[in-house]
Amino acid sequence: MNYNILIGGAAGQGMDTLASVFSQVLHKRGYQIFTLQDYMSRVRGGHNFFQIRFSNEKVKSHSEELDGIIALNQETLDLHIDRLRPEGFIFADKEVKSEDKRLITIHAKDTAKEVGNVKTMSSVTLGALTKLFNMDEAFMKEIFSDKFDDEVTQQNMASFERGQDMVESRYEVGEGNPKKTMLIQTNQAIALGALAAGLKFYSAYPMTPSTSIMSYLTRKAKKAKIIVEQAEDELAAINMAIGASYAGVRSMTGTSGGGFSLMTEALGLAGIAEIPLVIAVIQRPGPATGLPTRTEQSDLKFVINASQGEFGRMVIAVRNPEDAFYQTTRAFNIADKYQLPVILLGDQYLSDALQTIEPFDLEKISIERHLADPKPYENGEAYNRYELTESGISPRLIPGIVSGVAVNIDSDEHDIMGNITEAAEVRIDMVEKRARKFELLKKELHEPELLGEENMDVLLLGWGGTHSPLSEAVDLLNEGGEKKYGALVFGDIWPLPDKRLLDKAKKAKTIINVEQNYYGQLADLIRQETGITMTGSVLRFDGRPLSASEIVVKVKEV
Amino acid sequence: MANNHEFKTFETAWCPGCGDFSILETLKGTLTELGLNPYEVLIVGGIGQAAKTPQYLNANGFAGLHGRALPPAAAAKIANHNLKVIINTGDGDSYGEGGNHFIHNIRRNVDMTHFVHDNQIYGLTKGQSSPTSDIGHVTDFTPDGVINQALNPILTAIAIGAGFVARAFSGDKEHLKEMMKEAINYNGYALVDILQPCVSFNKVNTFAWYKKRVYKLTGDESYNPNDKIQAMTKALEWGDKIPLGIIYKEEKKSYTDHFDFLNESTLLNIPYEKELIQSLIEEFVQ
Repeated sequence: MNYNILIGGAAGQGMDTLASVFSQVLHKRGYQIFTLQDYMSRVRGGHNFFQIRFSNEKVKSHSEELDGIIALNQETLDLHIDRLRPEGFIFADKEVKSEDKRLITIHAKDTAKEVGNVKTMSSVTLGALTKLFNMDEAFMKEIFSDKFDDEVTQQNMASFERGQDMVESRYEVGEGNPKKTMLIQTNQAIALGALAAGLKFYSAYPMTPSTSIMSYLTRKAKKAKIIVEQAEDELAAINMAIGASYAGVRSMTGTSGGGFSLMTEALGLAGIAEIPLVIAVIQRPGPATGLPTRTEQSDLKFVINASQGEFGRMVIAVRNPEDAFYQTTRAFNIADKYQLPVILLGDQYLSDALQTIEPFDLEKISIERHLADPKPYENGEAYNRYELTESGISPRLIPGIVSGVAVNIDSDEHDIMGNITEAAEVRIDMVEKRARKFELLKKELHEPELLGEENMDVLLLGWGGTHSPLSEAVDLLNEGGEKKYGALVFGDIWPLPDKRLLDKAKKAKTIINVEQNYYGQLADLIRQETGITMTGSVLRFDGRPLSASEIVVKVKEV
Repeated sequence: MANNHEFKTFETAWCPGCGDFSILETLKGTLTELGLNPYEVLIVGGIGQAAKTPQYLNANGFAGLHGRALPPAAAAKIANHNLKVIINTGDGDSYGEGGNHFIHNIRRNVDMTHFVHDNQIYGLTKGQSSPTSDIGHVTDFTPDGVINQALNPILTAIAIGAGFVARAFSGDKEHLKEMMKEAINYNGYALVDILQPCVSFNKVNTFAWYKKRVYKLTGDESYNPNDKIQAMTKALEWGDKIPLGIIYKEEKKSYTDHFDFLNESTLLNIPYEKELIQSLIEEFVQ
């Protein structure tokens, strides 16, 4: 059994607090959560909402159908009432008018005033909401006292208790799971993954929906002894990250498509100068400013092809917070090993969704710097930054460490010492050297994750953020029983790992790509790399996330 | 590159008679006299003739992108503040393509030295006007003369808040060396705008043109480079008389001075703390 509650209103009405405290209560009680956030690009007003879906079992993704609506204004009720189940409930204060029998008026504002602090009105609603789900005041005091002083904590508790008295219990969620979980967003997981990988320098320019990576790192900077620099623009952001990486610290930048457009020249600098770099590109709908606070997967081809010239890069589409954490630590190792840029591709849906997952395990990660042993050079051996090697990977030293050794890098084509050259034979050597290491990288790609039936009639293909709705959709489709459904969801996406894809595509009768874009960019990429074509497509490009039930309906229509 | 402990210069692609030669020679002399070892020095350039300097001196070199010399230079210094970071690049790279970084790296105030080889012309692309070309300057690309106001780098740098702003001339190597030493020893962002004739493409601002106009502030007791208003007035002098020397100087904290943890160690050498990462994970766990 799982429940899905929408909390909506205008920006500034306190819905963030209500949603975050309710999520915390659920988390502390041992329930699994998937919280979706939908907001407009404005600081005040507009229509924004959270959808909190919870259960005592795994909640794989968000859902469209609602069990309850908490309408902080009339607009919320009018916009979402069609999605409310017949037996659902509506909570609203007296200003919201409706003839609907499901409406329960919660006098939150008046009650909070009586308690002596109008700002505690969210706690009145929270009291009523928890009571409806048969939850008592456990953990409430702890949560409030973390945020407020004694007096305000007391007021919030009083409002909460008054709220509890307003309704009768109606739902049973069952016992929570005592097993510890993390409640985290994917962007936070990327930031935490970077710290776990030994990140020391992060430079970025704020851009929705990537900013939360920077804000988490900034909050932890002093404690973690790292530098987080807000650059003057994305050109500076990436060039700074490259400069810090050249000087030997693990560094990273993050942005969305618009900012990445400005970074493309420097992406090539990291390519030709062979400087390790990790870039988080958190997608939103484009082109240009597009829909700033909404979701899309339309930058796949862009990040694979960005920048002039030819060079190897890796693109990893993160699929959920857990995947994001481990893939981020791996991205740093790969960037260091092959001395090239690695792009972590996320999206707004993932970046703002709050999920319960298994705690990250540091025993599962390693830090592999792949720096050259300085000893021979300390003993006088000549050092060449771009030595031609069989693997294509040249010995990398950090400048300022070995006396007598200079480390030279160049954005021009260069010789083995890093000095500018136009010699045709050197150019050929260098292009081939860089190509060799890229070929080597292809040997350690992760195949896409298989969901559902292993021997499927219908093969669904997705990448990155659609992992969550796809994993639930496949379960729902297989409940039908007539056909076997399975999905492959790509994490490593460039270079494209094709072994599992070729194997499954051979046997499946129908192949459908499921993507958040108009043209089907994964389908294009797969056709380009493998010749496999799709039977049909499920695409969404209105800036809103695909849900499992929507995928089920559309897949059946193909 | 063969290992070595002395600063050496390599064959260049500059035109015979270029002002860059004396800047390179003077830089080599300066670094040697300061007792630095090549491995401790990082020379950073963007794109342009001057920006090729990292290629011609046997220190660590970062030859980056056009206009983007300052950001990687600043970050490399932040990553390892034991490196002496010296940017050598031109007026187009510094003030045109890289204008935004010029503004904000003054604000950032990382301890690094910015030598702008200012020849008031674009050399690498063969003779277009630069941000410092004077009004009326005729080039193949401005046949009726430049109509855009020239940028005054000295005045701009002081106005934005640079703590060390100086001007030198490639034709006066002794004075140039003195300015280079002062700038390198300054703790913070230091700008030296070095006037330099371009023999191939600038037929206006020639060696003789500069020679006739420049004069040194050295020895002028009435001039106080710590006085910002006096400095800004001095910075406005251009034309018949062009002042050389430290125009403005002010002591202040550089970027890395603001971080306690960088007083004890370079960012590079700060050890990884697994327990800390574990505690950050725990913050999300219930």
